[in-house]
Order: sequence, then structure tokens, then C-alpha cells
Amino acid sequence: MAAGRSQAYVRGVTPTHSPATAADPGRSPTAPSGASSDTSGRSDAATAAVTRSAYRLRINGTEHELDLDNRASLLDVLRDRLDLTGSKKGCDHGQCGACTVLLDGRRANSCLVLAVAAQGREITTVEGLAGADGELHPVQQAFLDHDAYQCGYCTPGQICSAVAVLDEVANGWPSAVTRDPDAVELDRAEVRERMAGNICRCGAYANIVPAVLEAQRLTAGAAGGDGAVTR
Amino acid sequence: MREFAYGSAESVEQAVAMLDGDPDAMFLGGGTNLVDLMRLGVATPGRLVDISRLPATVEQNEDGALRIGAAVRNSDLAADPRVRRGYPVLSEALLAGASGQLRNLATSGGNLLQRTRCLYFQDVTKPCNKREPGSGCPAREGLHRDLAVLGHSEACIATHPSDMAVALTALDAHVVVTGPAGPGRIPMDEFHRLPGDDPTRDTVLRHGDLITAIELPAPSELSRNSGYRKARDRASFAFAIGSVATAITVVDGTVTDVRVVLGAVAHKPWRARVAEQAIIGGPASAHAFEAALDLELSAAQPFPDNAFKVPLVRNLAVGQLCRLAGVEMSVGSVGAGTDGAGR
Ligand SMILES: Cc1cc2nc3c(=O)[nH]c(=O)nc-3n(C[C@H](O)[C@H](O)[C@H](O)COP(=O)(O)OP(=O)(O)OC[C@H]3O[C@@H](n4cnc5c(N)ncnc54)[C@H](O)[C@@H]3O)c2cc1C
Ligand code: SF4
Ligand code: FES
Ligand code: FES
Repeated sequence: MAAGRSQAYVRGVTPTHSPATAADPGRSPTAPSGASSDTSGRSDAATAAVTRSAYRLRINGTEHELDLDNRASLLDVLRDRLDLTGSKKGCDHGQCGACTVLLDGRRANSCLVLAVAAQGREITTVEGLAGADGELHPVQQAFLDHDAYQCGYCTPGQICSAVAVLDEVANGWPSAVTRDPDAVELDRAEVRERMAGNICRCGAYANIVPAVLEAQRLTAGAAGGDGAVTR
Repeated sequence: MREFAYGSAESVEQAVAMLDGDPDAMFLGGGTNLVDLMRLGVATPGRLVDISRLPATVEQNEDGALRIGAAVRNSDLAADPRVRRGYPVLSEALLAGASGQLRNLATSGGNLLQRTRCLYFQDVTKPCNKREPGSGCPAREGLHRDLAVLGHSEACIATHPSDMAVALTALDAHVVVTGPAGPGRIPMDEFHRLPGDDPTRDTVLRHGDLITAIELPAPSELSRNSGYRKARDRASFAFAIGSVATAITVVDGTVTDVRVVLGAVAHKPWRARVAEQAIIGGPASAHAFEAALDLELSAAQPFPDNAFKVPLVRNLAVGQLCRLAGVEMSVGSVGAGTDGAGR
């Protein structure tokens, strides 16, 4: 699985931050810290100058120039800055999976990723899964065919997660329920375990599991097993 | 969330230099715990030094020892064939933790340094000695169902949430660090601390110390015959309410070596040395394992709502030792209470 992955450490852009600036002399140690811990009263002119960064993000094959406060999560940038609202915010704490996107082909919770830390990665959201001609990704088609959703809120995360699951299986990654780690195969129990990071409040699991299994049948053989997004 | 500056380190030396001298700066791994705690207002760094791009390799040297780079992701480590075959307990513990998405982000160094999931610690509107020294510990009288039954103190009864750390303790791993005070190599069992009267410190590390690697001794008969079991409130994607990492070697019916480490019961992975001493040299039998665990757990001091943990980890450990030793479980005794249980 190395091939697609070595990309992870290739920087598309030189970092724009100035790393080794000394401890901020301007910050008063007695600044009120406030139990609600927000920004007010804790920033000053000296910090304000370095608490944002200019960088580029590569999302669904397109480069985006950004100049943002470092606090922005990847999820918030996708939704609020770039109008890519497919990725959803369910919890903002890594607990629900609604925000799942692919980073260098690997699934990740975009709510816990700082956008500034996602520089140089190939980011794929649910909007980037279909082919250029609009042909749906096999996982998307399988979710449609199996009616694998009710309200649809968790669905983009479920789909991105499932796309990565197929890759992980093709790459021989075991799961907690894998009996023989040398012969990893997807079955109902495997899908349930591997998709456990995606919660569905509507409880559409009964149709999600067959959809993922169907998607695997559709992609079997075509899957590259190289850690990249398969289509 | 407080505003912060951000920088990314390309090398270990640069990472240490970037953080050095700034008490307000923190390292950023995958961010799955730190970003969450920043959002909750529990962590308030003024600067982040991103170390997730440091070399992430797992290397095996000539004598077979494994060196795991601190930036290696939990998912890659769990899937590594050398880990799966040589140290199954580690692969199993990693796969029992979090979700596929989170394991892709979580780093080996960050996993060890994740903070407790004690509800009061994560809620800045509540007192908590770990977060605000001297403010008190509401968990004692309040919600402590998930917290410690062993090694806790008047000041704090929190547990360490990492599954990986429990497995690493059973494998006699070392944590390799470097920092302002120079390099160090810390045995896993001494890496995390008991709370004592300073619960603010989870580990022996000092500010500015960077974990660079985790080292495992060459795979052995013991490490190959190892496994992890975890009890939780749902079948997957939940923290342990009790867990156990075990490894055992049996020769002609006699136990020649054993490791028993209990998780989610203390401020650190609980190496059950009393039980290990009782088991070594004796017969590999359910009865012997039960007696050894009961001896170990006679030191338990559970609270009203977490006394169930004592028989839980006892039975997890006995069951897992029997399985690895290939001996029958004694049906009657599993489920039996111990001194600490059922009060
Ligand atoms: C919903 C959810 C469920 C979870 N379930 C489980 C579970 O069941 N079992 C389990 O074990 N874990 C679980 N986790 C926790 C998860 O495993 C940890 O959050 C993760 O391992 C932390 O790694 P990280 O790289 O993201 O660390 P970060 O969040 O980046 O950092 C954590 C801490 O480590 C410090 N740090 C990071 N790397 C280094 C280094 N190399 N040297 C020095 N300091 C460093 C940071 O400054 C920070 O203080 C869960 C998390 C979530 C959000
Ligand atoms: S148990 Fe520890 S972490 Fe929890 S409230 Fe008490 S002092 Fe804080
Ligand atoms: S919004 Fe990211 S996991 Fe819930
Ligand atoms: S379809 Fe409604 S949350 Fe899953």
C-alpha cells in the first residue's frame, strides 16, 4: 500500500508560517483565563500577527488559496468557506463520522483535523467521488440501490468511510473481528465493525451493510489496493 | 478556542527547537485528542508544533527489535505484519480502539499522551484537580463508574484511556524521548504515573519532551502468544470499561513466563505483578489463574458505582490466560465475586 501513501509527506506548498519565533514576549501571564476559555482577553497584537496562515488546500483535484485563522477545522473550511457542504457536522468531537473525508485516500474525521495541518494532502470529499461525467462511484450507486439512508445526514460520511473500507480490505488490513489476518474478507460482521465509526441516528444500518457488501462486489477486481481512492 | 500560532517540524531536532523555551506551546500529532480538548477549552496552547510529518517508519533491527516512529499512525501499526505476527496483543489492542477514521489520524506518540476521559476533567465549568490543582475531585462522590479501582489517590481517581498503552506494558516496551534535558529511554511500566498528590502529570515527561519512538524487544515465544480483551458498553467504538493484555508461555503444563496487564482500572496500565509472580512456576490451570488474580485484586479499592470492574477484569484475565494456555475454563468460578465486588 506504500505507493499511494508516500504522497502523504510530499508538501505541495512551502509552509508559510514562521516556525521558530521565540516565546511571545508580549503575552501577559496575568491575562484573564476565563473558565469558558474563549479568545477574548487572551490574545494581543503580538499573537494576532501569527495566529493565521496563508496556505493552499487541494480538494477534489482543485487547489484553493486560503488565508485563515489557525483555529479553522478542515470541516468548517469545507462547509463555510468553500461551499462543499456534503461533509456534515454531527458532533465536532470525532464521535459520529458524519464529517468523514479522505486524506490521501484514507478516511479521517475532518472535524478533528486543523485545516492548516491538511496542507499538501490530497483531500477528497463526497462531492469528489463521482466521475467527471457524473457517473456515481459504485459505493454511491449501491447506497441508492439499497435505500441505505433515511434522513441522509450521515450518508456522505458513511459513503466516504465505505470507499476507504473497500481499500483497506483490498490492502489486507485486519479489523477487530478478523479471524484470519492473512485472508481478510468482507462479510456482514466485518462491515459492521469497520463502519462502527459512522453513527446513523435513523438506524439505517440494516440497508447500509448490504450496500457496502454490494459495492465491494461491484468494485472487486477493479480495486487497486494501492491506498488511493478506487473508482 | 484560544488563538494559536502554528508551525510544522520537518525533523526531530527542529521540533524540539521549535518548542523549546515556550511554556505555552504544545506538539500536535493527529490532533484527535488535542484539538478536541482545545475546542472544549481544557487545553489552551498559544502555539502548536505539528510533528505529524516526522518520519513515520517501523524498523526492525538485526536482533529483531522493532522501532516504531512516534508519527506512525495507529492504523498502519495495527496492520503491520511484523506486529500482527510477533506481537498480536498490540495489533489487537489498536484495532479495539476508536474507529477506522480516528486510527488513521492517531499517532503512536499521541496515543500514549491522550488525556483521561473523566467527564469532570473535560468540563471546564466543573472542579477537577487534574485540570485545576486544588479545586477538588467531584468524581469521588459523583460520576465515577468508568474510573479507577486501583492505585488512585485522594486527589484523583481517573483512568488512562489508551488501549495501546496496556498492550505495550505487557510487551516490555520502551518509550524513546528527547527534549531540553537530552535523550531518554523509559520503560513502559514507568512511563505513566499514579496520581499521588500531583494528578496534573499523567506521565514522567517534562514540558518540551518529544516522544521519538517506541521500542519493542525482539519477538519471543511469549510475545507471540499474547492477546488483548476489552469490555465496553457497546460492541465497537467505545472506550474500555475494563481490559486486559496477557502473554503466557507454558512448558509441559507449567507456566514459565507470563504478563498480565489490566486496563481502564487505574491512572496507568496496571501491571499485575502480584498475579504474575503467583502464576510463574505453577500449573497452567484456570484455578491457578483465578487464585492469582484474586490475590492481585485484593488490593482493589472500588467506589460504589465501579465495583463491577473488579470481577470484570478478573474474569477477562482468567478467560484470556486459559485461552492462550490452551486449558479449560472452570465454568463454575467465572462470575464469582471477589472481596472488592458487589459491595
Ligand atoms: C471518539 C473517540 C473515541 C476514541 N476511542 C478510543 C479507544 O477506544 N481506545 C483508545 O485507546 N483511544 C481512543 N481514542 C483516543 C485516540 O486513540 C487518541 O485521541 C489518539 O491516539 C491520540 O493521538 P493523536 O496523534 O491524535 O494525538 P494528539 O491529539 O495530536 O496529541 C495528544 C497529546 O499528545 C501530545 N503529543 C503528540 N505526539 C507527541 C510526541 N511525539 N511527543 C510528545 N508529545 C506528543 C500532544 O501535545 C497532546 O498533548 C478515541 C478518541 C476519540 C475522539
Ligand atoms: S478523577 Fe481526576 S480527572 Fe476526574 S475530576 Fe477527579 S481529579 Fe479530575
Ligand atoms: S462531526 Fe466529526 S465525527 Fe462527528
Ligand atoms: S440516515 Fe439519518 S442519520 Fe443516517
